[in-house]
Amino acid sequence: MSQTVAESTAQDSKVQTIKPASPWRLAFKQLLKNKFAVGGLVVLVLMFLICFIGPFFSPYSLETMNIRNGNKPPNAAHWLGTDNLGRDILLRVMLAGRVSLLVGLVAMMISVAIGSTLGALAGYYRGWVDSIIMRLADIMMSIPSLPLLIILGAVLSDMKVPPDKRIYVVMFLLGFMSWPSLARLVRGQILMLREQEFMQAAEVLGLRDRRKIFRHLLPNTIPIIIVVATLMVAGAILQESVLSYLGLGVVPPTPSWGNMITAANNLIDFQKRPWLWVPPGVCIFFTVIAINVIGDGLRDVLDPKMKR
Amino acid sequence: MSQQPLLEVDNLKKYFPIQGGIFSRTVGHVRAVDGVSFSLNKGEALGLVGESGCGKSTTGRTILRLLDKTDGKVLFKGTEIHDLSRKDLRKMRPKMQLVFQDPYSSLNPRIKIGDAIGEALVDHGIASKNDIRDRVKEILTICGLAPYHIDRYPHEFSGGQRQRIGIARALIMNPEFIVADEPVSALDVSIQAQIINLLSDLQEQKNLTYLFISHDLSVVEHLCNRIGVMYLGSLVEMAPRDELFKQPLHPYTQALLSAIPVPDPTKKPERIVLQGDIPSPANPPSGCKFHTRCPFATDICKQAVPEYRDVGSNHYVACHLV
Ligand SMILES: Nc1ncnc2c1ncn2[C@@H]1O[C@H](COP(=O)(O)OP(=O)(O)O)[C@@H](O)[C@H]1O
Ligand code: SF4
Ligand SMILES: [Mg+2]
Repeated sequence: MSQTVAESTAQDSKVQTIKPASPWRLAFKQLLKNKFAVGGLVVLVLMFLICFIGPFFSPYSLETMNIRNGNKPPNAAHWLGTDNLGRDILLRVMLAGRVSLLVGLVAMMISVAIGSTLGALAGYYRGWVDSIIMRLADIMMSIPSLPLLIILGAVLSDMKVPPDKRIYVVMFLLGFMSWPSLARLVRGQILMLREQEFMQAAEVLGLRDRRKIFRHLLPNTIPIIIVVATLMVAGAILQESVLSYLGLGVVPPTPSWGNMITAANNLIDFQKRPWLWVPPGVCIFFTVIAINVIGDGLRDVLDPKMKR
Repeated sequence: MSQQPLLEVDNLKKYFPIQGGIFSRTVGHVRAVDGVSFSLNKGEALGLVGESGCGKSTTGRTILRLLDKTDGKVLFKGTEIHDLSRKDLRKMRPKMQLVFQDPYSSLNPRIKIGDAIGEALVDHGIASKNDIRDRVKEILTICGLAPYHIDRYPHEFSGGQRQRIGIARALIMNPEFIVADEPVSALDVSIQAQIINLLSDLQEQKNLTYLFISHDLSVVEHLCNRIGVMYLGSLVEMAPRDELFKQPLHPYTQALLSAIPVPDPTKKPERIVLQGDIPSPANPPSGCKFHTRCPFATDICKQAVPEYRDVGSNHYVACHLV
C-alpha cells in the first residue's frame, strides 16, 4: 500500500497544478473568437437592455393617450414619433420587445422541456415507446407549421380567450409546435450514449431509470440542446410576429413587434407613416439574425460534427 | 461439508445473433459463451484467462445479467439471477458488482466522482444524503485516493486513479461478489501492480469473492487461488493456481504458460508457439474446438467433443489426451 499512496500523492500535485479549465469556459472562450457570434451577442444584449430597462427612463406611459398628438413623425420629444392614439412609438417598441422576447424564451423552454424529455424516453426505452413518440414527431414535422398555427390561432380567436391571456396561449402553442426536431436529435444522442460503458455501470449499480435518464444521459446532450434551443428562440420570435401580425397571436392592447407591424396593412400608414412599422420590423430582423448567428457560433464550438 | 457455493454457473451459453440480408434475418450465431460451468465459494478468487475474443467479458456480463443468457444457469446464493423480476434484480444488484476494463468510458464525464460513487446509495435508500459524503470520503481513502477528491470531475484524474474510483464505486455497495473485467489491462505496467495489490488487500479485509478476468496469465497469478482457461467460448481447463502452473494438462494452457517470461531462462520450458489464427466463434471447429491449432491433435479430436471432467484434486480439463 505504500506504493499506492506514493502514486496518488504524486498524481495529486499534478492535478492541482495543471487543473484543466472547465469545458464550458473553454467553449465560451472559443465563441469569443467568432466575430459574427460576438456581434450577435452584443446586439442581443443591447436589445434586452433596451427592452427591459429602457421603459423606466421613458417619460411617457401607454395609458396617456392624446389623439391630437397622434401620428406625429419622429421629433425631439418622441424620437420615433407617435401612433394614431398619440402614444410614444419608442416606448411601445420597447414594451413590445419585452413581450416578443419573453414569448420566444418561454416557448423555447416549453419546447426544450417536451423535446428533450420525449427524445430521451424514446432513445432510452426504444421499442413501442420510441415508435409512438417518433411517429407523433413525424406527423408534427410533416405538417407545415405556419398553416397549422394560423388555424389554431383562428380557433383561439373563436374561443374568445381574453386578450391579456392570449400571450400565454401563444407561448404554449409555439412551444408545443417545435419540440419534434429537438426530440429527434436528443433521441439520436441518447441511443449512442446508452451503449456507453458508464451506463452499464449505472445498470450494475441498480440505479433507477429516472436517474439513468435525467442524471446520466440527458446532461450529456446539453451541448446539442443549447444549440437547438438558441435557434428555437429566434424561430419562436419570428412565428409569434407572423401570428400577431395576422391578428391571431398576441393582440392589442398588449403590444408585440408583430402586431405593431399590422399598421403597415393600411395603405396610408404604409406609404406615409413608416415610423409606425419600420422600428418593430427592424427589431425583429436584428434580433432574429443575432440569435441565429450566436446559434451557429455555438454549434461550431459545442458540436462541430453537427453541420447543416 | 456441503457449503453452498456463492456462485454456481452451469452450462451457461450466450449466443449473439448475426443479422444479414435485406430483411435483417438471423443468419447465424456468434457462440461467445458456449457451455461454461464452474462454481465459486465465498472468499475465493477465480481467474479467467484466454485470448482476446474468447468470451471472457461476455461470460462475466452474462453472469451479472448485463446480457441475457441464451441457456444454462447462473445461481447466486441459490437464486437464478436471470429469473428475477426487474424489481428484485435491482435489489440484488448491490451484492454483485463489476469493475471495468476502461477507466475512461466507465465514468460519466459530467458527474463528479463523489456523486458517481455515492449516488447508488441514495438511489437504493441505503444512506441519507447527509451520511453519503462521509461514506464516500471513507471509501476514497480506503481505495488510495484523498477525501478532497470528492468534488472533482473524472477528467482531472489519471488512468490509475480512475480505476480506483471505479473500484470505490463498486465497493461502497458492500458487494459480496465482484467481477473484475481486465481491470489493469488499460493501465501502465507500473500502476498495474498497485491496483492488483489494492484488490488483493480489499479481498482480505472484506472477504470478497472475485471473478478476475484477464488475457494475461501473469496478472491473475498473484491474486487468484484458482484459474480457468477459456478458448472459443468454453473452459478447457480449470485448476487451483499452483496445480495449474506446475502441471498444466491442456495443450492450450501449456502454450499460454510457455509464453510467460520467467526470471530464470535455463528453467524455461521450450516455448510452444501456436500456429494459425483463432477460428471464428460464429463457426467453431468440430470436435475439440482447439484441434485446428493443437500440436497433438489426432483424428478423434476432429470428431468427438472432449468431455470437460474432473481429473482429481479439483482439476478439470477437456482433452482426449488426458
Ligand atoms: N454485443 C455483441 N454482439 C455481437 N457479438 C459480440 C458482442 N459482444 C461480444 N461479441 C463477440 O463475442 C465474442 C466474445 O467477446 P468477448 O466476450 O468480448 O471476449 P473477450 O472479453 O474474451 O475478449 C467475440 O467474438 C465478440 O466479437
Ligand atoms: S482434444 Fe485433441 S485437439 Fe483438443 S486439446 Fe486435446 S489433443 Fe488437442
Ligand atoms: Mg473482454
